[in-house]
Amino acid sequence: MPPKTMFEKIWNSHVVHEEVDQPSILYVDLHLIHEVTTPQAFDGLREAGRLVRRPDLTIATADHNTPTNIGRAFMPVTDPIARQQLEALSNNCQEFGINLYDMGSPKQGIVHIIGPEQGWTQPGKVIVCGDSHTSTHGAFGAFAFGIGTSEVEHVLATQTVRQNIPKTMEIRIDGALPFGVTAKDLILGIIGEIGVGGGQGHVIEYTGEAIQSMSMDGRMTVCNMTIEGGGRAGMVAPDETTFDYLRGRPQAPQGEEFEKAVEEWSALKTDEGSEFDNLVTIDATSIEPMISWGTNPSMVMPVTGLVPDPNLIDSKDNRKAAESALEYMDLEPGTSIQNIKLDRVFIGSCTNARLDDLRAAATIAKGHKVNDHVYAMVVPGSTAVKLQAESEGLDSIFKDAGFDWREAGCSMCLGMNPDVLSPGERCASTSNRNFEGRQGRGGRTHLVSPEMATAAAIAGQFVDIREWELS
Amino acid sequence: MKPFTTLNSIVAPLDRVDVDTDQIIPAQFLKRVERTGFGQFLFHKWRFEEDGSTNLDFELNQPRYLGSSILVSGRNFGSGSSREHAPWALLDYGFRCVIAPSFADIFTNNCLQNGILLIQLNERTVRHIINNALNGKGYELTVNLQTQRVWDQDKKIEAEFDIDEFSKYKLVNGLDDIDLTLQYEDKILDFEKSKTQLH
Ligand code: SF4
Repeated sequence: MPPKTMFEKIWNSHVVHEEVDQPSILYVDLHLIHEVTTPQAFDGLREAGRLVRRPDLTIATADHNTPTNIGRAFMPVTDPIARQQLEALSNNCQEFGINLYDMGSPKQGIVHIIGPEQGWTQPGKVIVCGDSHTSTHGAFGAFAFGIGTSEVEHVLATQTVRQNIPKTMEIRIDGALPFGVTAKDLILGIIGEIGVGGGQGHVIEYTGEAIQSMSMDGRMTVCNMTIEGGGRAGMVAPDETTFDYLRGRPQAPQGEEFEKAVEEWSALKTDEGSEFDNLVTIDATSIEPMISWGTNPSMVMPVTGLVPDPNLIDSKDNRKAAESALEYMDLEPGTSIQNIKLDRVFIGSCTNARLDDLRAAATIAKGHKVNDHVYAMVVPGSTAVKLQAESEGLDSIFKDAGFDWREAGCSMCLGMNPDVLSPGERCASTSNRNFEGRQGRGGRTHLVSPEMATAAAIAGQFVDIREWELS
Repeated sequence: MKPFTTLNSIVAPLDRVDVDTDQIIPAQFLKRVERTGFGQFLFHKWRFEEDGSTNLDFELNQPRYLGSSILVSGRNFGSGSSREHAPWALLDYGFRCVIAPSFADIFTNNCLQNGILLIQLNERTVRHIINNALNGKGYELTVNLQTQRVWDQDKKIEAEFDIDEFSKYKLVNGLDDIDLTLQYEDKILDFEKSKTQLH
């Protein structure tokens, strides 16, 4: 048998039907849904008199427009349209027999955080969700990708999705990440290198030393942002780190079943000698702590750098884009990025609000105080993360330092709930998108790691985390 | 879904690259539970000033582009979030066709599900079209999906575009994917049976 990539193996084992010149029909093992991209899909089902084919493979949560204030489960959602959407989700789940982790449930959280946390996300699965950051789940060696609402309806009705076979790309990260450099910096560095369209049409498998030695939380951060480089999905081969993470999770196979599963999962990895359509190599040792300066995630620079000068950019389109980004961000070419004052800090989102992230942030925050002119918030990615963090005393560290400690949800990752930036406010954010207005109209977003965000909250401006003194 | 055959329209230019779905429709407008009514929010942050008044500097607000069904823009159009509200907003505003050098993957699927034709042309041709639309008054293009051709009034631009047969078939007939897939329901059932036997 010719050698196969991990992606090919998963794809081949999920094809229900294929025909030349048509997208294949692929079976879906896990369908995650949330309140924003599903009401129209359920309406479609109702109109056509269809049922959900596999409610047992469908999991719902409320995350995008849930408020994050403490005690929210006992208060009405004040935004009437958001409330309507949340109610629609809960009615639809009830009507069609779908398991919903609603506000108030200990298993509620951002859809891409609760999937892995509960053990739903497993190697070898095809996973879809009406959300582009579904790529996160690829960290387990699953083929996971975002779909639109019509496709959500299609999956609900048929438990399959129609896909043209994507191309494959290997991104090999050689060497180890230096001290103070995180998974977030790595993926920002990669997107800076390949550009926001660099992965278009490709499934990307991350390989190499830096990935192998990374925790699951870190791998999820990398796969999460694959979509920001245009990739269809990101993947990492399952290994002992993956199995250790999954062992004992509520939805993972248990006991003997688990050992059998590990055997199957171990066979998923890309065979030696397989060919990818493209290869990109990155030298991990050259990556520094990164900060985005512009209005898309490829506009990044190292913390030691100066804001770039558009006049030095050759391509006219790119120059124009850089000029308009700098104008929106209110930045002058040539300024040191460390000299910019911040108004807000957001630690949260499906990119960086897992336990590892909060632990790392707490280590930096311990014994310090948030700067007077900064309002900083920590929003755990899930209620389970929040409870675990509280049992470890992380919440006290944050609160003592002056951070606002919140309930789980997407929060200020996108301006859809009460957590938003005001026009002109500048924010260091651990989320994944710095598009114009993403965190609120006129808001200015700088993407960074949780460590960098925490230090920035304390200093009131960006600092090189490698020089931070722990107390 | 409305079938797509031919289209003749003035061309509206959006001379930017990497237009993401957060720009096409910002998140605060995603809370509706219907598929319609999103056109009023299309390119909201660019179309309107903070006080809600019309931003007269924004290309699409110029009267000469009103009523256009063809939008032309730079590379990597539709990147970012998977929100289908983006094609819904384009459609509701009146666009049935977008021309650009490249499109983001999920956005492409979403447009296809809503009868919006995406035409990928090379950078040079797109640049010409953008310039013509910016400089001329009432610059028009005609699109024929059957013959996969697009041309302007005086045939200065005449280009062929690629589209896979399946997408074309769906667009031309206005077909819904679910019906097509359910023709293979027995195969889905077989697949499910073979899976449960394995485990
Ligand atoms: S945290 Fe942000 S990126 Fe992640 S699912 Fe929520 S809105 Fe999307």
